[in-house]
Amino acid sequence: MNGVVSGGGGGSVFVHLPTLTFSISFASCVAADIISTVEFNSSGELLATGDKGGRVVVFQREQEVNKSQPQRRGEYNVYSTFQSHEPEFDYLKSLEIEEKINKIRWLPQQNAAYFLLSTNDKTVKLWKISERDKRPEGYNLKDEDGRIRDPSTITSLRVPVLQPMDLMVEATARRVFSNAHTYHINSISVNSDLQTFISTDDLRVNLWNLEITDRSFNIVDIKPSNMEELTEVITSAEFHPQQCHTFAYSSSKGSIRLCDMRQAALCDKHCKYFEEPEDPSTRSFFSEIISSISDVKFSHSGRYLMTRDYLTVKVWDLLMENKPLETYQVHDYLRGKLCSLYENDCIFDKFECVWNGSDSVIMTGSYNNFFRMFDRNTKRDVTLEASRENSKPRAILKPRKVCVGGKRRKDEISVDSLDFSKKILHTTWHPHENIIAVAATNNLYIFQDKVN
Amino acid sequence: MMSATSAMEVNAEARRILAVSISKLYASRTQRGGLRLHRSLLLSLVMRSARDIYHSSSRESEGQSGAQPAAEEPMDTSSSPGNHAGVSQAEPQPELISPEPAAEEPRSPEEPCESETIEDKENLSPARQSRKRRGKASVAPDFLPSKRARLEPGEERHAAPLGSCRVRAGESLAVLSLNRVIPAF
Repeated sequence: MNGVVSGGGGGSVFVHLPTLTFSISFASCVAADIISTVEFNSSGELLATGDKGGRVVVFQREQEVNKSQPQRRGEYNVYSTFQSHEPEFDYLKSLEIEEKINKIRWLPQQNAAYFLLSTNDKTVKLWKISERDKRPEGYNLKDEDGRIRDPSTITSLRVPVLQPMDLMVEATARRVFSNAHTYHINSISVNSDLQTFISTDDLRVNLWNLEITDRSFNIVDIKPSNMEELTEVITSAEFHPQQCHTFAYSSSKGSIRLCDMRQAALCDKHCKYFEEPEDPSTRSFFSEIISSISDVKFSHSGRYLMTRDYLTVKVWDLLMENKPLETYQVHDYLRGKLCSLYENDCIFDKFECVWNGSDSVIMTGSYNNFFRMFDRNTKRDVTLEASRENSKPRAILKPRKVCVGGKRRKDEISVDSLDFSKKILHTTWHPHENIIAVAATNNLYIFQDKVN
Repeated sequence: MMSATSAMEVNAEARRILAVSISKLYASRTQRGGLRLHRSLLLSLVMRSARDIYHSSSRESEGQSGAQPAAEEPMDTSSSPGNHAGVSQAEPQPELISPEPAAEEPRSPEEPCESETIEDKENLSPARQSRKRRGKASVAPDFLPSKRARLEPGEERHAAPLGSCRVRAGESLAVLSLNRVIPAF
């Protein structure tokens, strides 16, 4: 990535929905740099992005050195870049395996090093990112260039001493979890026990131990014995944030299943099943496609589940299975355009959704580089745009509005003018603060809220 | 009750969606990373809906006007080979699936390129396409029939469900065996 535009915080109070200012954007123009996943780590200090070219770029928040300017927020700078996955070829099936990073999940920090899991369609890798700022010098047996000295010239013992050096950030692949998925991996999730994680493809969920790469346990298998009877696939899965035995997975039919690993080794029998009956009045050719869930996320509290389908975001109470607690329309004006969106493939886009740290606001992306935030308490919502033209450093993001019919006001944009090639599929929210990262194709935007 | 005009409109819409879907399925064969099961499934669901609505709106129009719905209209779709074949090769029918009663198992996309893996021993599906390589230009894909379909090896096991299919007189659009669409690749 290149092209850093820097910015920072300004000063006014936000009450519920954050008033966001533009902070930083990182941009590149190469197709392989299309960002395919973004994720803050559990402290919010690091932000990782994965792209279509198999690269991972990790940003680190600046430590706030300048105490005299407390309102100047730490900005995110590139910390480490590494090639996580390479394109591969499956010779048995004559299939190319894309190197695109589908998901990144951080492990909570337990020592000085940082660990993350990154996955492409077939292989999950555990990466260790560590700093090196010292170098051993003064070797007895080697000279400064590293050449072995002639033993006859060595007359005394010298112990190497660690000397400071320029900070170097290294990423090493510590584990490679491969050969466990016949279908394409769509998600990974680290367990709260910090020892296991799950990887999920279209038909199966596998449980791994982070230390063991040569075997995994299959805990969900929805593959029918006769593939012609296949009616639904798994679209995403996530562990419960606190209960290490509970996980949920979403399906292409719009349902979510909550499973308890204590019940049985194979969790094909769900213990809870969340589904909202379809409204027959909205039935169309594309009803199945738009009800397919593209993302499922537990709230930080563990009390709620959020799902994203093509037109809506829904919040479910884990105690109520027959209907969602809340439904938010993301871009309902697209309902009348499903046929065109089918033709241009946009209807297959998989949008993600995120909670803020306190679970009071949810966010998801849309088209035209718009993204939407919904405040669950006040029921207010806002549409914002991630674009370079509208993003001057420290500029407050102006709410946008889509005109759905009738007279278009000056600042509004009509549905037909929306650019469907500019889609925001991946967003992430800082675990504690109002800082969001939004991926707009190959640009990364970071927004922070204004504070007094 | 639909008017004759709107039944025809729905009919045309259904045909257009079917044609678009076929071209998408065709294009997904060459996609990098291999066939996506989820996408293939969704495409087949749309095709099934479109096919069902096409049938029911055809019946509506027939019932209303007592005549055939309009014959091949020029379709305003992309000019990929899949489309042309789907539109022009209307008459000869491959395996037919009449609108099933709701209880019958819907046809589903075959798993992509899984035919030969060990895993599929459990799989009872007989509909396995030949894995013989075919020149790209030389042979038309199976789901775009250029002649009357012949029974492939293993087809006999489909005899029971197929036997219950009724051939609709004068159907002007290729009715596809959806479960065979995917394994054609």
